Amino acid sequence: MSQSPVSRKILHLPITREQARDLRAGDLLLLRGTMYTARDAAHKKMIDTIEKGEDLPFAIENAAIYYAGPCPARPGCVIGSAGPTTSGRMDAYAPELISRGVTVMLGKGLRKPEVIASMKEYGAVYLGATGGAGALLSQRITASEIIAYPELGAEAIRRLEVYDFPAIVLIDCLGISLYDR
Amino acid sequence: MREIDVYRIEDQVAALCIQANTILGIDIETQLRRMRDEEIDERPRAILDELLENASLAKEKSLPICQDTGMAVVYIQIGQDVHFTGGSIEEAIHRGVAKGYREGYLRASVVSDPLLRVNTGDNTPAVILWDIVPGDHVDITVAPKGFGSENMSSLTMLSPSQGIAGVREAILGTVRRAGPNPCPPIILGVGIGGTMDMAARLAKLALLRPVGEKSPLAHIRELEEGLLDEINRMDIGPAGLGGKTTALAVHILTYPTHIAGLPVAVNMSCHATRHAHARL
Repeated sequence: MSQSPVSRKILHLPITREQARDLRAGDLLLLRGTMYTARDAAHKKMIDTIEKGEDLPFAIENAAIYYAGPCPARPGCVIGSAGPTTSGRMDAYAPELISRGVTVMLGKGLRKPEVIASMKEYGAVYLGATGGAGALLSQRITASEIIAYPELGAEAIRRLEVYDFPAIVLIDCLGISLYDR
Repeated sequence: MREIDVYRIEDQVAALCIQANTILGIDIETQLRRMRDEEIDERPRAILDELLENASLAKEKSLPICQDTGMAVVYIQIGQDVHFTGGSIEEAIHRGVAKGYREGYLRASVVSDPLLRVNTGDNTPAVILWDIVPGDHVDITVAPKGFGSENMSSLTMLSPSQGIAGVREAILGTVRRAGPNPCPPIILGVGIGGTMDMAARLAKLALLRPVGEKSPLAHIRELEEGLLDEINRMDIGPAGLGGKTTALAVHILTYPTHIAGLPVAVNMSCHATRHAHARL
């Protein structure tokens, strides 16, 4: 990624639904700002929380969610390896979170039509990071703090600050997917 | 009769967990580099460069190649002239995994019950594959298995009449359905024959073969080469974003089977097909 001569656009997170609509499949990005890690177990807990009518552990409006469960940090490091996990497992939960304001999902792999329909309806974008490059990606994370569900271990929700985190728009708000060939 | 204290097994398993997770095999690195040079387009080249850079950083800083440091699969081949002392060999293996994952800052990714789903906190238990072999050595292979790719695996019970065409379609269909999900470039471990569990075991063990090494059986070697060629013409490519590098290798192991059956198991693995071996 750092060697790639291809020009990348800097995207400051969080973004609004209007900003999400401006992104197009294939856009190469460098992410700067705040995103939240959440994967299988954290998603289940968030949906349970919504069903109980309670507050989510972070402001969901305009939020960027990174489907990731990082390794523990070595002493002196911000975080351990932290690449994306397979997004499809979060498809059961994603439409609800998009309807409540999530504008960015970052992961890897295919999404179900229901998720893409929600992205088109509300204005949310699906970004990809390279699966299997978790050591490299961890170097672009400048801060990490567990903000909810510490009992889930690697699946706890973390607030991450990232700087020049490389990503690509996999599916945009028009439903155009880089995976469709 | 040779005596081996199980505490040696524990320490060895711990060291192998860390080694396997942080150092990409030279065979895989070589193949990644070779296939990168054959890619024409910018995007697949850039993604393969990223994976190579990732591996070199992981090795240099002792970071896991991938944050999914897997469920620890431990393959242990025990010489029949070995006598273990100091307690249970099985418990020693689990202790070794816990120690390796803690000391290596590797992710704890195991839940205690598949339905209740509470993280055990130390990545135990391991999945242990046992073999009794001639001699007085113990060979231990630790092969951490990530689930992004594991989830894309398949088992098909074919009818013998479906033959080699059926086998090919079972394998190619699994790759096609998986698409970008298992983090291509992938390595395929395939088990053909035996019973359904035996086929699955063979598929797992096939992943331990070094990339670049061919099957000793002529007809299987031909099948492996044909499948690899066909998979790499699917245009799934690195990260599923197109290109010629969808698979680095196809490894097939076979076993005799029943007159009525033709089981085919496909164990899908990403480029981080990790395995570290030691002999005691």
